[in-house]
Amino acid sequence: MKKGLVILLVFFAALVIYPFIFKNPFPRHLLIMIMLYGTMGIGWNIIGGYAGQVSFGNAAFFGVGAYTTAILLSKYGINPWIGMLLGCFFSSLVAVIVGYPCFRLRGHYFAIATIAVGEIVQILFTNWEYAGAAVGIYIPILEESFFNFQFHTTKLPYYYIVLAMLAFALLVCYAVEKSRLGYYFRAIKDDPEGARSLGINIQNYKLVAFILSAILTSVCGTFYAMYVLYIHPANTIDLWLSIHLCIIALIGGLGKIFGPVIGAFIFIPLTEFTRVYLGSEGQGIDLIIYALIIILLATLRPQGLWGIFAKSSS
Amino acid sequence: MNEILVIDNVTKRFGGLIANSNISFAVERGKIIGLIGPNGAGKTTLFNCISCYYSADGGKILYEGKDITRETPDGICRMGIGQTFQIVRIFREMTVLENIMIGAFLRNPGRKKAEEKASEVAALFGFSEKLDLKASSLTISEQKRLEVARAMATGPKVLLLDEMMAGLNIHEIREAIDLVLKLRESGITLILVEHVMEGVMPIADKVVVLDDGEKIAEGTPDEVVYNDRVIQAYFGDKYHAKRRKNTA
Ligand SMILES: Nc1ncnc2c1ncn2[C@@H]1O[C@H](COP(=O)(O)OP(=O)(O)OP(=O)(O)O)[C@@H](O)[C@H]1O
Ligand SMILES: [Mg+2]
Repeated sequence: MKKGLVILLVFFAALVIYPFIFKNPFPRHLLIMIMLYGTMGIGWNIIGGYAGQVSFGNAAFFGVGAYTTAILLSKYGINPWIGMLLGCFFSSLVAVIVGYPCFRLRGHYFAIATIAVGEIVQILFTNWEYAGAAVGIYIPILEESFFNFQFHTTKLPYYYIVLAMLAFALLVCYAVEKSRLGYYFRAIKDDPEGARSLGINIQNYKLVAFILSAILTSVCGTFYAMYVLYIHPANTIDLWLSIHLCIIALIGGLGKIFGPVIGAFIFIPLTEFTRVYLGSEGQGIDLIIYALIIILLATLRPQGLWGIFAKSSS
Repeated sequence: MNEILVIDNVTKRFGGLIANSNISFAVERGKIIGLIGPNGAGKTTLFNCISCYYSADGGKILYEGKDITRETPDGICRMGIGQTFQIVRIFREMTVLENIMIGAFLRNPGRKKAEEKASEVAALFGFSEKLDLKASSLTISEQKRLEVARAMATGPKVLLLDEMMAGLNIHEIREAIDLVLKLRESGITLILVEHVMEGVMPIADKVVVLDDGEKIAEGTPDEVVYNDRVIQAYFGDKYHAKRRKNTA
């Protein structure tokens, strides 16, 4: 327990120092992406790993977060931090609209429904003139400041903002795991009927898990919009994004607080490097590599990579 | 009001099959009720109607005077009716303590409190040495006991136990009987569903016998074992005729 805390502190200290050692844009960008996907992976883990409801639609929350911020800022000049909060609100709303009917069904209906939801949201934004349709939205350039959530001379503040988001996500996940919520999620995953017999309203608790997942993903959408300053349906609401989140959580170990962080540290460099070195010809090669990783993991270490770390530190 | 549960004309159909046909009986507070009958008699179906996994097609179920026929399983647990399943449904990936904690959380939302409560319940059920074992590593009889412990941790007034003694050896049945008596002593009302009579007869205050979806007898264990229809249902016509001849 104590040892785990020390490792965690060392890990965060290393993340804080990292940009002072690596001053080039690429390694910084790489870490930003790792932390961004780690945060989203934690969000995915809450619904998929803890509560056991596999979602292939989390990209919808990423998109809603990004679009809410971008639309409000570009059309009404509303501050992106407020956009972030409103994005969370709309993402939660989507989670409730999708989850409420689906969580009454058993088994894998939810997983299938989430694929449809992700696709529908993407189609909606692709055809919605007001939101820039397929072309997307450019975010107006503002003076650089924390208040404006924009930095042009250096990417460093983005780095620390996403680091704070990752810490926040870990904290949320920790709080969930150590509270009744986390125990109930695991019970629902293990045996929903048994959970019901002990007074757990399983639909409501699945909904809570989905909303938490939506919020953590939506926040990342806002960050992404402010980081790249240009969003369109293909780079925000892609089925592949949803699948990547699932893979990240799987690699690290489902239902483990730190699992998705480990997953992101393996997954994102792989994607970025294949993209950089193989260019567009390399598209798909990363996926072949993940497939191999997952096959290896499934046979050698079904608990995910976290199992190795937990074992060596205990 | 001394009747904590009233089953009033309950009917449940599965398509053309009538699994429960106009069943009525009352359950007195603090008593042990045995619900018995041969395989396929409709015991589990009635049990599931009471625990609201099924909603009855006809009739009513009253708990503390309130109609619970259309309640949900989690709803009635919160109202004070706990249950176990005919086929064990523990949380296999969780430890013994965690299993009981899931029950304890219902009335103790904080983790520390729930853990305390769960440890108390665990001690009562003889699990103090096994708190950190994975539930799936327990023997079947321990798993059944864990299911009861878990349900007890929700603080029920009524406990429904479906075939708690099936698959246990004589020694384990003995233990289960002691456990049930201990629970009654603490003021819990129990409904035991069994198809083997041996477990229920010595301890039940009242026995309700189902056969082919109908209630064929109700009374004290002594009254019921000498009931002709019960003997016929359980042992068939041959035994029935033989006994007739002997007593004649
Ligand atoms: N979900 C269902 N769908 C269709 N028929 C069912 C269903 N559940 C039970 N039945 C039928 O209803 C009748 C009563 O079954 P039930 O399980 O209630 O009997 P039981 O008394 O619990 O038997 P056992 O001692 O074997 O547990 C049986 O004929 C059974 O096949
Ligand atoms: Mg049965």
